[in-house]
Amino acid sequence: MSQSKPASMFDARIMGPALRGAFTKLHPRLLAKNPVMFVVAVVSALCTVLFVKDLVTGAEGLGFSFQIILWLWFTLLFANFAEAVAEGRGKAQAESLRKTRTETTAKLLDASGNWRSVPGESLKVGDVVLVEPGDIIPSDGEVIEGVASVNEAAITGESAPVIRESGGDRSAVTGGTQVLSDWIKVRISAAAGSTFIDRMISLVEGAERQKTPNEIALNVMLAGLTLIFVMATATIPAFAGYAGGSVPVIVLVALFVTLIPTTIGALVSAIGIAGMDRLVRFNVLAMSGRAVEAAGDVDTLLLDKTGTITLGNRQATEFRPVKGVAEAELADAAQLASLADETPEGRSIVVLAKEKYGIRARDMQSLGATFVPFTAQSRMSGVDFDGTTIRKGAVDAVLKSVAGGRVASEKLREIQGISDAIAKLGGTPLAVVRNGQLLGVIYLKDIVKGGIRERFAELRQMGIRTVMITGDNPMTAAAIAAEAGVDDFLAEATPEMKLDLIRREQAKGKLVAMCGDGTNDAPALAQADVGVAMNTGTVAAREAGNMVDLDSDPTKLIEIVGIGKQLLMTRGSLTTFSIANDVAKYFAIVPAMFVALYPGLDSLNIMGLATPQSAILSAIIFNALIIIALIPLSLKGVAYKAIGANALLRRNLLIYGLGGLVVPFIGIKLIDVIITTLGLA
Amino acid sequence: MTLQAILFVLIIIGGTALLSWPLGRYMAGVMDPKGGKGTMTGLFQAIVGPLGREEQGWKAYVFAILAFNIVIFTVVYLIQTFQGALPFNPDGMGAVNPDLMFNTAASFTTNTNLQHYSGEATYSYFTQLGGLMWLQFVTPAVGLAAPTAMARALSGRALGNFWVDLQRATFLVLLPLSLVFAALLVIGGLPMTFEGSVVATTLEGVQQTIARGPVAAFVTIKQLGTNGGGFFGPNSTHPLENVSFYTNMIQMVAIIIVPMACVWMFARIVGRIKHGFVIFAVMLCFVLIKTAGSVGFETAPTQAFNDLPIAQDVGNLEGKELRFGATGGPLWAVLTTATSNGSVGAMHDSLNPLAGMMPMVGMWLNESFGGVGVGMINMFLYIVVAVFVAGMMIGRTPEYLGWRIEAREVKLALFALLAHGAFILLGTAIFAATPWGAETLNNSGPHGFSEILYEFTSAAANNGSGFEGLGDNTVPWNITTGLVMIFSRFIPIILPLAIVGFMSQKRRATESSGTLSVEGGVFATMLAVTVIVVGALTFFPAATLGPIAEHVMYMN
Repeated sequence: MSQSKPASMFDARIMGPALRGAFTKLHPRLLAKNPVMFVVAVVSALCTVLFVKDLVTGAEGLGFSFQIILWLWFTLLFANFAEAVAEGRGKAQAESLRKTRTETTAKLLDASGNWRSVPGESLKVGDVVLVEPGDIIPSDGEVIEGVASVNEAAITGESAPVIRESGGDRSAVTGGTQVLSDWIKVRISAAAGSTFIDRMISLVEGAERQKTPNEIALNVMLAGLTLIFVMATATIPAFAGYAGGSVPVIVLVALFVTLIPTTIGALVSAIGIAGMDRLVRFNVLAMSGRAVEAAGDVDTLLLDKTGTITLGNRQATEFRPVKGVAEAELADAAQLASLADETPEGRSIVVLAKEKYGIRARDMQSLGATFVPFTAQSRMSGVDFDGTTIRKGAVDAVLKSVAGGRVASEKLREIQGISDAIAKLGGTPLAVVRNGQLLGVIYLKDIVKGGIRERFAELRQMGIRTVMITGDNPMTAAAIAAEAGVDDFLAEATPEMKLDLIRREQAKGKLVAMCGDGTNDAPALAQADVGVAMNTGTVAAREAGNMVDLDSDPTKLIEIVGIGKQLLMTRGSLTTFSIANDVAKYFAIVPAMFVALYPGLDSLNIMGLATPQSAILSAIIFNALIIIALIPLSLKGVAYKAIGANALLRRNLLIYGLGGLVVPFIGIKLIDVIITTLGLA
Repeated sequence: MTLQAILFVLIIIGGTALLSWPLGRYMAGVMDPKGGKGTMTGLFQAIVGPLGREEQGWKAYVFAILAFNIVIFTVVYLIQTFQGALPFNPDGMGAVNPDLMFNTAASFTTNTNLQHYSGEATYSYFTQLGGLMWLQFVTPAVGLAAPTAMARALSGRALGNFWVDLQRATFLVLLPLSLVFAALLVIGGLPMTFEGSVVATTLEGVQQTIARGPVAAFVTIKQLGTNGGGFFGPNSTHPLENVSFYTNMIQMVAIIIVPMACVWMFARIVGRIKHGFVIFAVMLCFVLIKTAGSVGFETAPTQAFNDLPIAQDVGNLEGKELRFGATGGPLWAVLTTATSNGSVGAMHDSLNPLAGMMPMVGMWLNESFGGVGVGMINMFLYIVVAVFVAGMMIGRTPEYLGWRIEAREVKLALFALLAHGAFILLGTAIFAATPWGAETLNNSGPHGFSEILYEFTSAAANNGSGFEGLGDNTVPWNITTGLVMIFSRFIPIILPLAIVGFMSQKRRATESSGTLSVEGGVFATMLAVTVIVVGALTFFPAATLGPIAEHVMYMN
C-alpha cells in the first residue's frame, strides 16, 4: 500500500494560503453555498452596522457588543479557514498529480502515417499519436499498436516500469506517464482537461466540487434547524416585551448563532474534501464524490480470488506418493524435475523437498541434465539426464503420456483418488512420472493470505457479504472459500456470470462493489454500484468503473469501503455533537437574557457563570473555538472500527452525543472564568 | 400517599399499555386484512362505489383526505348556521357568531375540539350529536387511515384506498369500541337521554336548571377518538360528564388506549413488532416522566394559599375534583395532552406552574402517544430525522426500513416539525405583544403569558384543552386558532404520506448487521434525544418566561 502521508494542517505551505482563503471566502457568492454560514454572515453584518450606528450616537455597553461582533466574524472566518485548510491539503495532493500534466508536445499521426508536433492540449478524442522513448504520453488513451515499457511513477509512485501493449488487458495508458523503451501508437480517449487526473484534481481541490446527495440532504437538515432557531429567537422580543422588558439585538444574535448548527455547518465541506483526499492518498481516483459515499453503503463485495484472497502463487506443501514409493523418492524426483523451473510453483517444490527431506538442490550442469520446459501442448515440464526422464504436470496430461494412457486400472484409481482428495482441499495436484513409472502427486496449495479471514469476519460484522470470484472448479473453489471465510463463491466464473450475479444481488436490494481490469469486465464494472478499475486495465474497464486504483491492488476494495463509511460517520458524528451542544448554550444564554426580567431565573444558571455578559460572551467564544478545535478531526475523520452497526452507533452516540452534551458545559465555564479574570466582561 | 400515587399511575398507564396490545392486533387485522380482502371490504367498496376500488397513490390518498375534510367542515358549519330550524332542539338554541362557527367547525374537523363556547348553552342536541359527535367519529377515523396507508407503503405495498380505510376505522374500530366503553360509563352513572334540561329545586329553595342529554355516547367517543370536546362546558370535571372515581378511571383508559394501540397497529402492518416496541418504549418513557413531574409538582401547595392560615400538607387541591382523588387531576392533565385529547379532569389553569408545564411539554412534543393515528405519524417525523443522523453515524447513507432518506424526505420531515413550532411561537408572540391577547387574560405576569402560550400550543397540537381563564371567544382568537388548527392538522398528515410516497419509489435495500437497526435500546435513545433536542428545546425560551418564571417567583 503506497499511502502517502497527508500534509500537516500546520504546514506553512497550507497555513498561509488557508489564512488568506479564510478572508477571500467571505465573498457572498461563495458563502451562499453554505446556508448556515451564510446566515451567520448576514447577522454579523447586521450587527456591525448597528454597532457603527451606536458608536456614532454614543450608546452604552459598546465594549461588550464589540467583543460579540468580533467573535461572530471569527466564527465565520474559522469556518472559512476549515474549508481552506482542507482545500489546501487537497491542493498539495493535486499539485503532485498536476506535475504530470505539464505541457507536453504530442506527435500527432495523420492518415498517411507521418507525424507532426502539436501541443498536448490541442488533442481531441480519437486522435492517434506516436509515443517514443523519452516522450511523455500526452493524454489518457489506448495503445492500438506496439508494445513499450512505461514509467508510471508519476501517478502510482511505483518506480518499476510496466509493460503497455496493444490488445489484451494492458492497453490503457495514462496521460503524464513516460515511455522508457520501444514505441507505441496511442488513440487518445480523453481530451485535455477531462482526463482522470484532471477530474481528480478538481475533486480534491474543492473548487468544482459537486455536493453529494447525502451532503445536500445534510445541508437541507441544517437549513431546517436554522429556520427553527430563527423562529425560536425571533419571537423572544415579543415574549420579553410582554414581561415588560427588552432584549438587545446583539444578545438575540448571540443566542441565535450559538444555537444554529454552526459547528457542523462550518466543517461539512472540509469533511467532504478530506474524504476525497484520503482516497487519493490511497492512490485511488474516484470519478465523483457520490461514488465514495456509495462505497460506504456496499453490501456485497465481489473479490477476485487471485491476489486478493490468495497469494498469487500456488506453493507445494506435500508429496503424496503412490503405494510402493517412498515419500523421499517422490520428493527427490520432483525436485530434479523442478530445478530449472523458474515458476514460483517450481521453486516452491525445490524448497519443500529441501526443507522437508533435506534434499539439497543440485546443479543441473554437473548432472549433465537438460531441462524440458512446459508447453501448452504437453502441459508438462521436466528433466532428462543419464537416460532418466522425469516429468511433472497436470494429472490427466501425465497419465496420457504414460504408455499412451494405458495405465493399470489399479494405479489409475490410486492416482485419481489422491488428486481428487487434493482438489477437495482446494489444491492443485501435479503428477510426477519417472521413466514411465508413476511416482505420486505433488500437492500445490493455494495459500490464503494471512489475516484475510479476520478481515472477512470484520466485514461480516459490518453487514458486508463477500463473494469470491474464481476460475477454479467448484470443488477447489469451495475449499478455498471455506478456508478464507468468504460468504459465497462463484466458481468457473465468466464475465456473463459476474454480471448476472451483480444483477441478482441488486435485485435483492444490495449495493455491489467489484474490481476488474479486463475489457470483458467492463459490463460488470458498469453494472456494479461501485466499480474499481485497475490502472493496469483496459480503457474500456476504466471508463466503465467509477474509481480507478492506480496501484492495481484489488485488496484495496476493502479500504475503499472503509473510507466511504468514515466520511459519512464523520459527518453524522459532528452533526450530533453540534446539535447536542445546544443544551449547554441554552443554559448559558437564556438565563442571562431574562434574569433582568425575573431575577429568580438565576437558578437556571447552573454553570454559575459570573455575569449575564460573561455568560453570553463565553457561549459565543466557545461556539467559535470549537470549530477550530474540530478541524483536525474533520480532516482525519472519526475512527473507523469494523464493529457491527449497533455497536458503532452506541460508540459514536456515547462519544459525540454525550460528549457534545457535556463538553460545552465545561468549555463555557472555563472560558467564563478566563474572561472574568481578564476583565473582559 | 406516595406509594398510593405511584400505584394509581402504574395501574392506569401500565394496565392500558397491556390492553393496547390485543387492541393493536385487532386494529391491524381489520384495517389491513391479511390474505384476501377481509370480510367487510367488499361491502365497504360497494358503499363508496367506483371510488373505493382503485389503489391510490399518495397524491390520490391525500386528495381524498382533503376532499372528505372539506365536506365535513362545510356540513358542520351549515348545521350550526341553521340549528334553530333543525330538530332535536328542546332548549331552542339559536344562531351563533360566524367566527365562533368557523372556530368550532375547524376545531371538530381537525379532531382538536378546542371549545370557545359551552356546549349545553350554545348548541342543540342535533348540532351536538348530528354534527359534533359525528365528527368525533370520522375525524379519528381519518387519523387511523393515515398511518395505515403510511405503514403499507413502508412495508413495500401500495397505500390502499382512503374511502375503504375510513369505513374500516369507523365501523370496525371506533364503533365497536365505543359500544363497550359507553356501556361501562352508563353503568357508572352517566346520563343518556334525549329529554331536555330538568328544573330542580335546591335545598335553599332556589330553582336550578340542570342540563342533560345523551352524555354517555358523547363522552365515550370524546375520549376514545382523542377528541376531547365535552358535552358540558367544564368537560370531564362536570359531575354528569364524569360521575365518580370509577368513571374517571374508565375515561383515562379510554383517552390513551387507541393512541397506544396505533403504535402496535403500525408495527404490525409494517411487519416490525420489535420496532414497535422501541417506539412504544420511547413514548411511554415521555409519558411517565411528564406524569412524575406533574404529580410530583402538585404535591406542593398552591401559591394562592401562601398567606392563608391553613394546613399546607395536602398538596395543591385548587381546581381539583375531590371525587377523583389527589393524583387523578395531574395524571389526567398529562394523559389528555400526551394524546391530542384535550378533555379536562381538573383545571389546568390552577395547576402549580411546573405541573402545568407538563401538559404543555406533552403538546409541544405531540407524539407520545399523540392523537389517534396522528401521534404515530408525528413520531414518524422524528424517526426520519433520528434515522438520518444515526444512519450517517454508522457510516452509511441513511435508510429507514431499507428506504433511503435523502434531501427530499429530510426537507418534508423538518418542515412539518418546523410548522408545529412556528404556529405556537409566532402565534404566542403576536398575541403576547398585542391587545388581541393581552386584553383577554385573566391573570397578569408569567401566568398570563402561559395562558396565551397554552392556547396556541393546544390549537397547534390539535389538543383542544384550555388553560381556561382566557376569554377566548373573540374574533382574533377564533380566527387565528381556527387557522392554526387546520394547518396543524393537515401538514403532519400530508407531508408524511408524501415522504413515504417518495421513499417507496426508490430501490429498497436489504437490512443486515451493517445497516441501522431501529429495534434496539441504542436507537430508542437516539430517538428520545432527537425528540428532546429538536422538538422540546425550541420552546425553552418561552417556557422560561412562562411556567419556569412563575415557579421561581412564587414557589420558593
